[in-house]
Amino acid sequence: MTSGLLFALVGAALFALGVAGVVLIDHLLRRILAFNLMGSGAFLVLVGLAQRNGVPDPVPQAMVLTGIVVAVAATALALALTRKLHALTGRLELPEDADD
Amino acid sequence: MIDSLVWLLLLPLAWATLAFVLGPGRGAWLAIAGLAAQFALAVDLARKVAAGGVAAHVVGGWGAPLGIDLAADGLSAAMLLLTQGVALPLAIHARAYFKAGDPAGVWFWPLLGFLLSGLNALFVSADLFNLYVTLELVGLAAVGLVAAGGGTQQVAAALRYLFATLLGSGAYLLGVALLYGAYGTVSSATLLPLVTAEAPRLVWIAAGLMVTGLLLKTALFPFHFWLPPAHGGAPAPVSALLSALVVKASFYLILRLWLGPLQALLPSFAWLLALLGAAAIFWGSWQAIRAVKVKRLIAYSTVAQLGYLFLIFPLLPAPGALQAGVMQVFAHGLAKAGMFAAAGVMIKATGQDTVAGLAGAVERLPVTFFAFGLAGMTLMGLPPSSGFLAKWQIIDAALAQGHWVIAVVALAGGLLAAVYVFRVLRQAFLQAPAPDTATAVPRTLEWTAFALAAASVLLGLRGVELMQLVTM
Repeated sequence: MTSGLLFALVGAALFALGVAGVVLIDHLLRRILAFNLMGSGAFLVLVGLAQRNGVPDPVPQAMVLTGIVVAVAATALALALTRKLHALTGRLELPEDADD
Repeated sequence: MIDSLVWLLLLPLAWATLAFVLGPGRGAWLAIAGLAAQFALAVDLARKVAAGGVAAHVVGGWGAPLGIDLAADGLSAAMLLLTQGVALPLAIHARAYFKAGDPAGVWFWPLLGFLLSGLNALFVSADLFNLYVTLELVGLAAVGLVAAGGGTQQVAAALRYLFATLLGSGAYLLGVALLYGAYGTVSSATLLPLVTAEAPRLVWIAAGLMVTGLLLKTALFPFHFWLPPAHGGAPAPVSALLSALVVKASFYLILRLWLGPLQALLPSFAWLLALLGAAAIFWGSWQAIRAVKVKRLIAYSTVAQLGYLFLIFPLLPAPGALQAGVMQVFAHGLAKAGMFAAAGVMIKATGQDTVAGLAGAVERLPVTFFAFGLAGMTLMGLPPSSGFLAKWQIIDAALAQGHWVIAVVALAGGLLAAVYVFRVLRQAFLQAPAPDTATAVPRTLEWTAFALAAASVLLGLRGVELMQLVTM
């Protein structure tokens, strides 16, 4: 097994863990952490799979940098909304949807 | 010479930033002026594309594979036209809707600009990674708009929407990563000849991940759970933007993958998507029929109408199917924007948002209910509306290929749409004593809703030009 494939497999496992977290966990902070885990998994696949004969490919590294910026922005937005929800309801879980 | 392609991305970014710098609640006129210019640019671009094929731009002179390529063909030009065409009347509507000091409108203008520049960039991106970035830009701006009201319900809906959209784009990104691992490129044009039906299993997984992520963002049944609270809970101009444009962005992306780089793989999933589309039509319509609140009703109607978009996939070998899909995108975009705008007027005028509370309201808001009725006509697919043209083409293509099931679903969906549209109209025409809580609404609000709804009907008369543009 090459190191690139190992990176990719770990990345896929992290992604799956992250998805499970985002879907199953109610606590919002943990959910945000799970989202970050998911993103890191995808980045690891992107960087890991793209190695050719042990020489890293620079293009996916640039993509991952862009991806990290997006993930930071999304995390900041999620944290801001979570804080707002906490200020309004005093809880860190989503309330039930009122209209259904 | 002005490059319309580039300015369509830069203008909204410029006025959004300026509006942010001006401060809370400012920048409405800036946005409207910018949007008017963008609309002119979109028309110009559509003319150029119709005359000479694809328009392209290489950002900063750095071409693929290292740089970013932008390209607009007929489909892109049509989507750009729809986006500016819906956003301009909605901006005029929103200026009257968000009175000075309304907390829901504080950051509306910068967010609107960022949303539009994200959408415009998405429609002209030519590589899969750039599409991911624009998808996230659109998603984050849209979440900001949903949260704008600041109430518990809105913030919760925004968070739910945020997680759904992040999950969707995360799956898309993993798919892109796998594709890059297999082929070493993300350029749509380079991938096209490389991906064949004999592709390794990894590539099939990548295609599945990308499409599933995008379906979640398009809110196709059963991934629609986030849509009704987000679209039903946001202020009316925001709901209109989200239903008319934002969900169409991820649908456009599916269509792009289908016709472009993944065309060898995706047709295997055509019937699955059509089945989900049919389920969306029935489930969304049923929920709309029993919704208590007007905006929930319209949001569930969006779930149903999105289903039509997925009926075209088994028909795509036929030339008419793509045109039918784009016509449905236009019909629903214009009609739903008009309908949500009209609902906003009803809510402002009656002070509450249940269907039951609209009893007798037609006397006070004739223009608004006329707009609602016209938009409903498009959703039902009555001639001469653009909705009729879209459904007629779907049915025509379905019968030509012997898939009569699709034709039956399309017809049944039109009948169900009639039920929920007439639920609202019937209530409005009831005899009821004038309530004390009635408030006067600015005329601008009523007439912008009317303009959008009327455009959705009148487009049916000029549909040929649009269909010609799409096939360029």
